[in-house]
Amino acid sequence: MRKVAVVGVGETKFSAAQEKTSVELFAEAAMEAITESNLKPKDVQALFLGNVLGDFSEGQGMVQVFAAENIGCRNIPANRYEGACASASMAVRDAFMWVASGFYDIVLAGGVERAAAMGTALATRTFAMSSDSRYEFPSGITFPALFAMLAHLYAARYGIPIDKLKEQMATVSVQSYHYGMFNPKAHLRKEVDVEAILKSFMVSTPLQLHDCCPFSDGAAALILASERAAKKLTNRPVYITGVGQASSGPLANQQDYLPRLQAREISSQQAYNMAGVKPKDIDVCELHDCFSIASLIAAEGLGFFEYGKSGEAWMKGEAAIGGKVAINPSGGLKSKGHPIGATGAGQVYEITKQLRGEVEPERQVDGAKIGMTDTLGGDGGTLVNMVLRCGW
Amino acid sequence: MEYKLAFKDYNEALKRNELLGLKCRECGTITVPPKMACRKCASLDMEVIKLMGKGKIQTFTTCNVASEGREDELPYIILLVELEEGAWIMGNLAGTDPTTASMELIGQKVRMAEGRVFPGDRYSAGEGTSPVFRIEA
Ligand SMILES: [Zn+2]
Repeated sequence: MRKVAVVGVGETKFSAAQEKTSVELFAEAAMEAITESNLKPKDVQALFLGNVLGDFSEGQGMVQVFAAENIGCRNIPANRYEGACASASMAVRDAFMWVASGFYDIVLAGGVERAAAMGTALATRTFAMSSDSRYEFPSGITFPALFAMLAHLYAARYGIPIDKLKEQMATVSVQSYHYGMFNPKAHLRKEVDVEAILKSFMVSTPLQLHDCCPFSDGAAALILASERAAKKLTNRPVYITGVGQASSGPLANQQDYLPRLQAREISSQQAYNMAGVKPKDIDVCELHDCFSIASLIAAEGLGFFEYGKSGEAWMKGEAAIGGKVAINPSGGLKSKGHPIGATGAGQVYEITKQLRGEVEPERQVDGAKIGMTDTLGGDGGTLVNMVLRCGW
Repeated sequence: MEYKLAFKDYNEALKRNELLGLKCRECGTITVPPKMACRKCASLDMEVIKLMGKGKIQTFTTCNVASEGREDELPYIILLVELEEGAWIMGNLAGTDPTTASMELIGQKVRMAEGRVFPGDRYSAGEGTSPVFRIEA
Protein backbone atom coordinates (compact mmCIF):
# COMPACT_ATOMS: atom_id res chain seq x y z
CA MET A 1 0.00 0.00 0.00
CA ARG A 2 1.21 3.50 -0.83
CA LYS A 3 1.17 6.51 1.48
CA VAL A 4 -1.66 8.96 0.78
CA ALA A 5 -1.64 12.67 1.57
CA VAL A 6 -4.20 15.42 1.79
CA VAL A 7 -2.60 18.10 -0.38
CA GLY A 8 -5.40 20.66 -0.58
CA VAL A 9 -8.66 21.41 1.19
CA GLY A 10 -11.68 23.63 0.60
CA GLU A 11 -14.87 24.40 2.47
CA THR A 12 -17.84 26.74 2.18
CA LYS A 13 -19.24 28.48 5.20
CA PHE A 14 -21.64 26.11 6.97
CA SER A 15 -24.93 27.98 7.32
CA ALA A 16 -28.67 28.21 7.74
CA ALA A 17 -30.83 27.80 4.64
CA GLN A 18 -29.21 29.61 1.72
CA GLU A 19 -29.91 29.83 -2.00
CA LYS A 20 -26.95 28.19 -3.72
CA THR A 21 -27.56 24.77 -5.27
CA SER A 22 -25.71 21.67 -4.09
CA VAL A 23 -23.63 21.69 -7.26
CA GLU A 24 -22.72 25.34 -6.70
CA LEU A 25 -21.79 24.75 -3.06
CA PHE A 26 -19.62 21.76 -3.87
CA ALA A 27 -18.04 23.56 -6.84
CA GLU A 28 -16.86 26.35 -4.54
CA ALA A 29 -15.33 23.97 -2.01
CA ALA A 30 -13.81 21.76 -4.73
CA MET A 31 -12.15 24.60 -6.64
CA GLU A 32 -10.66 25.90 -3.40
CA ALA A 33 -9.15 22.45 -2.78
CA ILE A 34 -7.94 22.01 -6.38
CA THR A 35 -6.41 25.49 -6.52
CA GLU A 36 -4.72 25.08 -3.13
CA SER A 37 -3.19 21.85 -4.46
CA ASN A 38 -1.68 23.68 -7.44
CA LEU A 39 -3.73 21.47 -9.73
CA LYS A 40 -6.23 21.97 -12.54
CA PRO A 41 -9.59 20.17 -12.82
CA LYS A 42 -8.18 18.03 -15.66
CA ASP A 43 -5.65 16.53 -13.22
CA VAL A 44 -8.38 14.95 -11.07
CA GLN A 45 -8.85 11.26 -11.88
CA ALA A 46 -12.01 10.47 -9.89
CA LEU A 47 -14.61 12.05 -7.59
CA PHE A 48 -15.90 10.51 -4.36
CA LEU A 49 -18.83 12.57 -3.06
CA GLY A 50 -20.97 12.28 0.07
CA ASN A 51 -24.57 13.43 -0.27
CA VAL A 52 -27.54 12.14 1.70
CA LEU A 53 -30.68 14.11 0.98
CA GLY A 54 -30.29 15.75 -2.42
CA ASP A 55 -33.22 13.69 -3.66
CA PHE A 56 -35.45 15.40 -1.06
CA SER A 57 -33.85 18.84 -0.67
CA GLU A 58 -33.75 19.69 -4.36
CA GLY A 59 -35.09 16.69 -6.25
CA GLN A 60 -31.56 15.91 -7.39
CA GLY A 61 -30.22 12.39 -7.48
CA MET A 62 -26.77 11.57 -8.88
CA VAL A 63 -25.44 15.00 -7.89
CA GLN A 64 -21.87 13.69 -8.25
CA VAL A 65 -21.91 13.62 -12.07
CA PHE A 66 -23.27 17.16 -12.32
CA ALA A 67 -20.70 18.32 -9.78
CA ALA A 68 -17.80 16.69 -11.68
CA GLU A 69 -18.85 18.12 -15.02
CA ASN A 70 -19.60 21.52 -13.52
CA ILE A 71 -16.06 22.03 -12.23
CA GLY A 72 -14.40 20.82 -15.41
CA CYS A 73 -13.54 17.30 -14.30
CA ARG A 74 -14.99 15.92 -17.51
CA ASN A 75 -15.92 12.25 -17.89
CA ILE A 76 -14.14 11.04 -14.76
CA PRO A 77 -15.71 8.28 -12.68
CA ALA A 78 -17.90 9.95 -10.04
CA ASN A 79 -19.33 8.01 -7.09
CA ARG A 80 -21.91 9.10 -4.52
CA TYR A 81 -21.75 7.85 -0.93
CA GLU A 82 -24.75 7.62 1.40
CA GLY A 83 -24.15 6.64 5.01
CA ALA A 84 -26.24 9.35 6.65
CA CYS A 85 -24.04 11.75 8.61
CA ALA A 86 -20.91 9.66 7.89
CA SER A 87 -21.27 9.88 4.10
CA ALA A 88 -18.34 12.18 3.35
CA SER A 89 -16.01 10.16 5.59
CA MET A 90 -16.98 7.02 3.70
CA ALA A 91 -16.16 8.88 0.47
CA VAL A 92 -12.78 10.03 1.82
CA ARG A 93 -11.93 6.56 3.10
CA ASP A 94 -12.73 4.97 -0.26
CA ALA A 95 -10.76 7.68 -2.06
CA PHE A 96 -7.85 6.93 0.29
CA MET A 97 -8.02 3.21 -0.53
CA TRP A 98 -7.99 3.74 -4.29
CA VAL A 99 -4.95 6.00 -4.08
CA ALA A 100 -3.23 3.72 -1.58
CA SER A 101 -3.81 0.78 -3.88
CA GLY A 102 -2.05 2.51 -6.75
CA PHE A 103 -5.10 2.71 -8.98
CA TYR A 104 -5.26 6.53 -8.89
CA ASP A 105 -2.70 9.23 -8.08
CA ILE A 106 -4.94 12.26 -7.61
CA VAL A 107 -8.59 12.19 -6.54
CA LEU A 108 -11.18 14.63 -5.25
CA ALA A 109 -13.28 13.64 -2.24
CA GLY A 110 -15.83 15.52 -0.19
CA GLY A 111 -19.48 16.10 0.40
CA VAL A 112 -22.37 18.50 0.10
CA GLU A 113 -25.74 18.95 1.75
CA ARG A 114 -28.64 21.39 1.95
CA ALA A 115 -30.12 20.11 5.19
CA ALA A 116 -31.20 23.52 6.48
CA ALA A 117 -33.04 24.31 3.27
CA MET A 118 -35.46 21.46 4.02
CA GLY A 119 -36.97 22.94 7.20
CA THR A 120 -37.25 21.13 10.54
CA ALA A 121 -40.25 18.84 9.81
CA LEU A 122 -38.94 17.37 6.55
CA ALA A 123 -35.37 17.27 7.83
CA THR A 124 -36.54 15.38 10.93
CA ARG A 125 -38.44 12.93 8.72
CA THR A 126 -35.58 12.33 6.31
CA PHE A 127 -32.97 12.03 9.07
CA ALA A 128 -35.20 9.35 10.64
CA MET A 129 -34.90 7.38 7.40
CA SER A 130 -31.49 6.28 8.68
CA SER A 131 -33.21 4.38 11.50
CA ASP A 132 -34.94 1.06 10.78
CA SER A 133 -37.95 2.14 8.71
CA ARG A 134 -39.99 -1.04 9.17
CA TYR A 135 -39.35 -1.96 12.78
CA GLU A 136 -38.39 1.27 14.60
CA PHE A 137 -39.86 4.22 12.72
CA PRO A 138 -43.45 3.18 13.56
CA SER A 139 -42.64 4.00 17.23
CA GLY A 140 -41.92 7.58 16.15
CA ILE A 141 -38.13 7.44 16.48
CA THR A 142 -36.30 10.62 15.53
CA PHE A 143 -32.60 11.39 15.51
CA PRO A 144 -32.78 13.44 18.75
CA ALA A 145 -34.99 10.78 20.38
CA LEU A 146 -32.46 8.03 19.86
CA PHE A 147 -29.62 10.04 21.43
CA ALA A 148 -32.04 11.12 24.17
CA MET A 149 -32.60 7.43 24.99
CA LEU A 150 -28.82 6.91 25.01
CA ALA A 151 -28.51 9.83 27.45
CA HIS A 152 -30.98 8.29 29.90
CA LEU A 153 -29.32 4.90 29.49
CA TYR A 154 -25.89 6.49 30.05
CA ALA A 155 -27.09 8.09 33.30
CA ALA A 156 -28.56 4.78 34.51
CA ARG A 157 -25.57 2.62 33.50
CA TYR A 158 -22.92 4.81 35.05
CA GLY A 159 -24.98 5.87 38.06
CA ILE A 160 -24.90 9.58 37.25
CA PRO A 161 -27.88 11.60 38.52
CA ILE A 162 -29.63 13.07 35.46
CA ASP A 163 -29.21 16.67 36.69
CA LYS A 164 -25.48 16.15 36.98
CA LEU A 165 -25.30 14.59 33.52
CA LYS A 166 -27.25 17.51 32.09
CA GLU A 167 -24.75 19.93 33.59
CA GLN A 168 -21.90 17.92 32.05
CA MET A 169 -23.65 17.88 28.68
CA ALA A 170 -24.19 21.64 28.90
CA THR A 171 -20.46 22.09 29.48
CA VAL A 172 -19.81 20.25 26.22
CA SER A 173 -22.07 22.67 24.34
CA VAL A 174 -20.53 25.72 26.04
CA GLN A 175 -17.06 24.66 24.89
CA SER A 176 -18.20 24.00 21.31
CA TYR A 177 -20.02 27.33 21.05
CA HIS A 178 -16.95 29.07 22.42
CA TYR A 179 -14.56 27.70 19.78
CA GLY A 180 -17.14 28.22 17.03
CA MET A 181 -17.13 31.94 17.90
CA PHE A 182 -13.67 32.16 16.38
CA ASN A 183 -14.40 30.03 13.30
CA PRO A 184 -15.54 32.24 10.42
CA LYS A 185 -17.00 29.21 8.66
CA ALA A 186 -19.19 28.16 11.60
CA HIS A 187 -22.98 28.16 11.33
CA LEU A 188 -23.84 29.25 14.92
CA ARG A 189 -21.45 31.89 16.25
CA LYS A 190 -22.49 32.98 19.71
CA GLU A 191 -21.42 32.45 23.30
CA VAL A 192 -24.03 30.37 25.14
CA ASP A 193 -23.84 29.70 28.89
CA VAL A 194 -25.05 26.76 30.97
CA GLU A 195 -28.08 28.69 32.21
CA ALA A 196 -29.28 29.46 28.66
CA ILE A 197 -28.74 25.83 27.65
CA LEU A 198 -30.81 24.52 30.55
CA LYS A 199 -33.59 26.99 29.75
CA SER A 200 -33.81 26.11 26.06
CA PHE A 201 -36.67 24.20 24.43
CA MET A 202 -36.94 20.51 25.41
CA VAL A 203 -36.60 18.60 22.13
CA SER A 204 -36.65 15.04 23.46
CA THR A 205 -36.03 14.46 27.17
CA PRO A 206 -33.34 15.03 28.43
CA LEU A 207 -31.98 16.79 25.30
CA GLN A 208 -32.72 20.49 24.93
CA LEU A 209 -32.24 22.69 21.90
CA HIS A 210 -28.67 23.65 22.83
CA ASP A 211 -27.77 19.97 23.25
CA CYS A 212 -28.53 19.48 19.55
CA CYS A 213 -26.56 20.42 16.45
CA PRO A 214 -28.34 22.51 13.79
CA PHE A 215 -29.40 21.40 10.33
CA SER A 216 -26.89 23.14 8.04
CA ASP A 217 -26.14 23.79 4.39
CA GLY A 218 -22.55 23.49 3.21
CA ALA A 219 -19.83 21.63 1.36
CA ALA A 220 -16.26 20.51 1.92
CA ALA A 221 -13.66 19.01 -0.42
CA LEU A 222 -10.16 17.53 -0.32
CA ILE A 223 -7.54 16.50 -2.82
CA LEU A 224 -5.84 13.22 -1.94
CA ALA A 225 -2.60 12.34 -3.67
CA SER A 226 -0.08 9.53 -3.64
CA GLU A 227 3.14 10.32 -1.75
CA ARG A 228 5.05 10.82 -4.99
CA ALA A 229 2.48 13.16 -6.45
CA ALA A 230 2.10 14.97 -3.11
CA LYS A 231 5.82 15.76 -2.89
CA LYS A 232 5.62 17.61 -6.21
CA LEU A 233 2.55 19.59 -5.16
CA THR A 234 3.25 20.75 -1.62
CA ASN A 235 5.91 20.87 1.07
CA ARG A 236 3.21 20.47 3.75
CA PRO A 237 1.41 17.19 2.98
CA VAL A 238 -0.87 15.83 5.71
CA TYR A 239 -0.77 12.04 5.55
CA ILE A 240 -3.78 9.86 6.27
CA THR A 241 -2.00 7.17 8.25
CA GLY A 242 -4.96 5.12 9.50
CA VAL A 243 -8.57 4.55 8.50
CA GLY A 244 -11.40 2.46 9.91
CA GLN A 245 -15.04 1.82 9.14
CA ALA A 246 -17.66 -0.44 10.72
CA SER A 247 -21.43 -0.93 10.75
CA SER A 248 -24.23 -2.00 13.12
CA GLY A 249 -27.90 -2.92 12.78
CA PRO A 250 -31.07 -1.40 14.29
CA LEU A 251 -30.68 0.43 17.60
CA ALA A 252 -32.43 -2.20 19.74
CA ASN A 253 -30.19 -4.91 18.30
CA GLN A 254 -27.10 -3.05 19.55
CA GLN A 255 -28.31 -4.02 23.03
CA ASP A 256 -25.13 -5.72 24.19
CA TYR A 257 -23.10 -2.48 23.91
CA LEU A 258 -25.44 0.49 24.42
CA PRO A 259 -24.85 3.24 25.41
CA ARG A 260 -21.48 2.39 23.85
CA LEU A 261 -21.48 2.10 20.07
CA GLN A 262 -19.67 -1.04 18.99
CA ALA A 263 -19.09 0.15 15.42
CA ARG A 264 -17.04 3.08 16.73
CA GLU A 265 -14.88 0.86 18.89
CA ILE A 266 -14.13 -1.45 15.95
CA SER A 267 -13.59 1.37 13.49
CA SER A 268 -11.32 3.44 15.74
CA GLN A 269 -9.21 0.39 16.64
CA GLN A 270 -8.68 -0.25 12.93
CA ALA A 271 -7.55 3.35 12.47
CA TYR A 272 -5.27 3.34 15.54
CA ASN A 273 -3.68 0.03 14.61
CA MET A 274 -3.08 1.02 11.02
CA ALA A 275 -1.53 4.33 12.10
CA GLY A 276 0.45 2.66 14.90
CA VAL A 277 -0.77 5.15 17.49
CA LYS A 278 -2.77 5.11 20.71
CA PRO A 279 -5.49 7.47 21.98
CA LYS A 280 -2.92 9.32 24.11
CA ASP A 281 -0.96 10.21 20.97
CA ILE A 282 -3.82 12.23 19.47
CA ASP A 283 -3.30 15.99 19.80
CA VAL A 284 -6.56 17.15 18.24
CA CYS A 285 -9.79 15.33 17.41
CA GLU A 286 -12.89 16.36 15.52
CA LEU A 287 -15.55 13.98 16.81
CA HIS A 288 -19.21 13.50 16.00
CA ASP A 289 -21.07 15.72 18.48
CA CYS A 290 -24.48 15.68 16.79
CA PHE A 291 -25.78 15.91 20.39
CA SER A 292 -23.94 16.83 23.57
CA ILE A 293 -24.34 13.27 24.89
CA ALA A 294 -22.89 11.99 21.61
CA SER A 295 -19.63 13.79 22.45
CA LEU A 296 -19.34 11.98 25.78
CA ILE A 297 -20.07 8.60 24.20
CA ALA A 298 -17.63 9.28 21.34
CA ALA A 299 -14.75 10.44 23.54
CA GLU A 300 -15.05 7.22 25.57
CA GLY A 301 -15.41 4.95 22.53
CA LEU A 302 -12.28 6.52 21.05
CA GLY A 303 -10.39 5.74 24.25
CA PHE A 304 -9.72 9.30 25.41
CA PHE A 305 -11.56 8.97 28.73
CA GLU A 306 -12.90 6.16 30.89
CA TYR A 307 -16.49 5.00 30.41
CA GLY A 308 -18.85 7.24 32.33
CA LYS A 309 -16.12 9.81 33.04
CA SER A 310 -16.15 12.02 29.93
CA GLY A 311 -18.47 14.61 31.44
CA GLU A 312 -16.08 15.16 34.34
CA ALA A 313 -13.21 15.41 31.85
CA TRP A 314 -15.00 18.18 29.94
CA MET A 315 -15.75 20.02 33.16
CA LYS A 316 -12.06 19.85 34.13
CA GLY A 317 -10.97 21.21 30.74
CA GLU A 318 -9.35 17.95 29.66
CA ALA A 319 -11.21 18.05 26.33
CA ALA A 320 -10.27 21.67 25.67
CA ILE A 321 -7.24 23.13 23.91
CA GLY A 322 -4.40 22.68 26.39
CA GLY A 323 -6.10 19.65 27.98
CA LYS A 324 -5.44 15.94 27.38
CA VAL A 325 -6.82 16.09 23.84
CA ALA A 326 -8.27 19.11 22.09
CA ILE A 327 -11.78 18.13 21.03
CA ASN A 328 -13.69 19.99 18.33
CA PRO A 329 -11.73 23.24 18.17
CA SER A 330 -13.76 23.99 15.02
CA GLY A 331 -16.89 24.31 17.18
CA GLY A 332 -17.93 20.80 16.15
CA LEU A 333 -21.28 19.92 14.69
CA LYS A 334 -22.86 21.95 17.50
CA SER A 335 -21.47 25.31 16.41
CA LYS A 336 -19.65 24.80 13.12
CA GLY A 337 -22.74 23.01 11.86
CA HIS A 338 -23.88 19.76 10.32
CA PRO A 339 -24.48 19.66 6.56
CA ILE A 340 -24.69 15.91 6.93
CA GLY A 341 -23.30 14.72 3.59
CA ALA A 342 -20.33 17.10 3.97
CA THR A 343 -19.60 16.82 7.69
CA GLY A 344 -16.81 14.20 7.58
CA ALA A 345 -14.90 16.07 4.88
CA GLY A 346 -15.31 19.19 6.99
CA GLN A 347 -13.65 17.36 9.87
CA VAL A 348 -10.68 16.40 7.68
CA TYR A 349 -10.55 20.03 6.48
CA GLU A 350 -10.29 21.20 10.10
CA ILE A 351 -7.64 18.65 11.12
CA THR A 352 -5.56 19.48 8.05
CA LYS A 353 -5.71 23.20 8.85
CA GLN A 354 -4.89 22.50 12.52
CA LEU A 355 -1.84 20.40 11.67
CA ARG A 356 -0.64 23.09 9.26
CA GLY A 357 -1.13 25.70 12.01
CA GLU A 358 -3.49 27.74 9.83
CA VAL A 359 -6.54 28.33 12.01
CA GLU A 360 -7.46 31.42 14.04
CA PRO A 361 -5.11 31.82 17.06
CA GLU A 362 -7.97 31.58 19.61
CA ARG A 363 -8.67 28.01 18.54
CA GLN A 364 -5.32 26.79 17.19
CA VAL A 365 -3.92 23.70 18.90
CA ASP A 366 -0.28 24.73 19.06
CA GLY A 367 2.21 22.19 17.83
CA ALA A 368 -0.42 19.59 16.90
CA LYS A 369 1.21 16.76 14.95
CA ILE A 370 -1.39 13.98 14.99
CA GLY A 371 -5.11 14.47 14.49
CA MET A 372 -8.17 12.26 14.30
CA THR A 373 -11.66 12.37 12.85
CA ASP A 374 -14.75 10.50 14.04
CA THR A 375 -17.95 10.46 12.01
CA LEU A 376 -21.15 8.64 12.92
CA GLY A 377 -24.03 7.83 10.58
CA GLY A 378 -27.56 6.95 11.69
CA ASP A 379 -27.99 5.30 15.08
CA GLY A 380 -24.41 4.06 15.13
CA GLY A 381 -25.13 2.24 11.87
CA THR A 382 -21.94 3.54 10.29
CA LEU A 383 -18.76 4.76 11.95
CA VAL A 384 -15.68 6.05 10.16
CA ASN A 385 -12.41 7.11 11.80
CA MET A 386 -9.24 8.56 10.35
CA VAL A 387 -5.83 9.37 11.79
CA LEU A 388 -3.83 12.15 10.12
CA ARG A 389 -0.24 13.20 10.64
CA CYS A 390 2.04 16.09 9.62
CA GLY A 391 4.28 15.09 6.77
CA TRP A 392 7.04 17.60 7.44
CA MET B 1 -33.39 -19.13 0.42
CA GLU B 2 -36.78 -18.19 1.79
CA TYR B 3 -37.10 -15.59 4.55
CA LYS B 4 -38.54 -17.37 7.57
CA LEU B 5 -40.53 -14.56 9.20
CA ALA B 6 -41.16 -11.70 6.81
CA PHE B 7 -42.15 -8.20 7.87
CA LYS B 8 -45.70 -8.69 6.63
CA ASP B 9 -46.37 -11.71 8.84
CA TYR B 10 -44.59 -10.19 11.87
CA ASN B 11 -46.61 -7.00 11.39
CA GLU B 12 -49.97 -8.80 11.05
CA ALA B 13 -49.27 -10.66 14.30
CA LEU B 14 -48.27 -7.46 16.10
CA LYS B 15 -51.55 -5.85 15.07
CA ARG B 16 -53.26 -8.74 16.94
CA ASN B 17 -51.06 -7.94 19.99
CA GLU B 18 -48.93 -11.00 19.30
CA LEU B 19 -45.17 -10.54 19.36
CA LEU B 20 -43.26 -13.02 17.20
CA GLY B 21 -39.56 -13.73 17.25
CA LEU B 22 -37.04 -16.27 16.04
CA LYS B 23 -35.32 -18.76 18.33
CA CYS B 24 -31.90 -20.00 17.24
CA ARG B 25 -31.61 -23.79 17.27
CA GLU B 26 -27.83 -23.53 17.64
CA CYS B 27 -27.31 -20.96 20.40
CA GLY B 28 -30.80 -20.41 21.81
CA THR B 29 -30.73 -16.61 21.26
CA ILE B 30 -34.01 -14.85 20.47
CA THR B 31 -33.87 -12.56 17.46
CA VAL B 32 -36.51 -9.84 17.20
CA PRO B 33 -37.41 -8.15 14.93
CA PRO B 34 -36.90 -11.02 12.49
CA LYS B 35 -33.75 -11.44 10.41
CA MET B 36 -32.35 -14.01 8.02
CA ALA B 37 -29.54 -14.87 10.45
CA CYS B 38 -29.38 -15.19 14.26
CA ARG B 39 -28.30 -11.84 15.73
CA LYS B 40 -25.76 -13.62 17.92
CA CYS B 41 -24.19 -16.51 16.00
CA ALA B 42 -25.46 -15.87 12.44
CA SER B 43 -26.95 -19.36 12.21
CA LEU B 44 -29.78 -19.67 9.70
CA ASP B 45 -31.40 -22.46 11.71
CA MET B 46 -34.11 -20.59 13.61
CA GLU B 47 -37.75 -21.30 14.41
CA VAL B 48 -40.62 -18.82 14.74
CA ILE B 49 -41.87 -18.52 18.30
CA LYS B 50 -44.41 -16.41 20.15
CA LEU B 51 -42.87 -14.08 22.73
CA MET B 52 -44.56 -13.18 26.02
CA GLY B 53 -44.45 -9.43 25.44
CA LYS B 54 -43.18 -8.88 28.99
CA GLY B 55 -40.01 -7.11 29.99
CA LYS B 56 -38.20 -4.27 31.71
CA ILE B 57 -37.67 -0.66 30.59
CA GLN B 58 -34.01 -0.05 29.76
CA THR B 59 -34.37 3.53 28.58
CA PHE B 60 -36.94 6.04 27.34
CA THR B 61 -37.50 9.55 26.08
CA THR B 62 -40.44 11.90 25.82
CA CYS B 63 -40.36 13.19 22.29
CA ASN B 64 -41.56 16.76 21.67
CA VAL B 65 -40.53 17.18 18.03
CA ALA B 66 -41.93 14.78 15.44
CA SER B 67 -41.24 13.92 11.85
CA GLU B 68 -43.24 15.68 9.16
CA GLY B 69 -46.83 14.42 9.25
CA ARG B 70 -46.61 12.93 12.77
CA GLU B 71 -46.97 16.13 14.80
CA ASP B 72 -50.42 15.08 16.08
CA GLU B 73 -48.87 12.21 18.04
CA LEU B 74 -46.83 14.57 20.28
CA PRO B 75 -45.81 14.32 23.02
CA TYR B 76 -45.09 10.59 23.16
CA ILE B 77 -42.79 8.22 25.03
CA ILE B 78 -40.40 5.94 23.12
CA LEU B 79 -38.80 3.04 24.96
CA LEU B 80 -36.22 0.35 24.66
CA VAL B 81 -37.54 -2.69 26.50
CA GLU B 82 -35.52 -5.75 27.45
CA LEU B 83 -37.91 -8.64 26.90
CA GLU B 84 -37.90 -11.57 29.33
CA GLU B 85 -36.57 -13.71 26.48
CA GLY B 86 -33.46 -11.50 26.38
CA ALA B 87 -33.91 -9.39 23.25
CA TRP B 88 -34.37 -5.62 23.31
CA ILE B 89 -37.15 -4.01 21.31
CA MET B 90 -38.24 -0.44 20.56
CA GLY B 91 -41.80 0.56 21.40
CA ASN B 92 -44.06 3.14 23.03
CA LEU B 93 -45.45 3.54 26.56
CA ALA B 94 -49.17 4.08 27.27
CA GLY B 95 -50.82 4.88 30.59
CA THR B 96 -47.99 7.16 31.74
CA ASP B 97 -48.11 10.94 31.28
CA PRO B 98 -45.34 11.81 28.81
CA THR B 99 -44.93 15.27 30.32
CA THR B 100 -43.92 13.89 33.72
CA ALA B 101 -42.00 10.78 32.62
CA SER B 102 -38.75 10.57 34.60
CA MET B 103 -35.74 8.36 35.24
CA GLU B 104 -37.92 6.31 37.61
CA LEU B 105 -39.29 4.56 34.54
CA ILE B 106 -35.99 2.76 34.02
CA GLY B 107 -36.14 -0.72 35.48
CA GLN B 108 -39.96 -0.82 35.65
CA LYS B 109 -41.68 -3.99 34.51
CA VAL B 110 -43.92 -3.61 31.48
CA ARG B 111 -46.27 -5.75 29.46
CA MET B 112 -47.27 -5.30 25.84
CA ALA B 113 -50.81 -3.92 25.66
CA GLU B 114 -51.40 -3.43 21.94
CA GLY B 115 -49.87 -3.01 18.54
CA ARG B 116 -50.28 0.61 17.44
CA VAL B 117 -50.47 0.97 13.68
CA PHE B 118 -48.58 3.79 11.99
CA PRO B 119 -50.51 3.99 8.72
CA GLY B 120 -47.46 5.06 6.75
CA ASP B 121 -46.69 8.27 4.89
CA ARG B 122 -45.69 9.14 1.35
CA TYR B 123 -42.17 7.84 1.95
CA SER B 124 -42.88 4.55 3.71
CA ALA B 125 -43.84 1.28 2.05
CA GLY B 126 -47.23 1.13 3.74
CA GLU B 127 -48.04 0.68 7.42
CA GLY B 128 -45.89 -0.44 10.30
CA THR B 129 -46.76 -1.35 13.87
CA SER B 130 -45.23 -0.28 17.16
CA PRO B 131 -45.53 -2.47 20.26
CA VAL B 132 -47.17 -0.38 22.98
CA PHE B 133 -46.30 -1.30 26.57
CA ARG B 134 -47.89 -0.49 29.92
CA ILE B 135 -46.34 -0.55 33.39
CA GLU B 136 -47.33 -3.80 35.14
CA ALA B 137 -49.55 -3.20 38.15
ZN1 LIG C 1 -27.63 -18.33 17.27
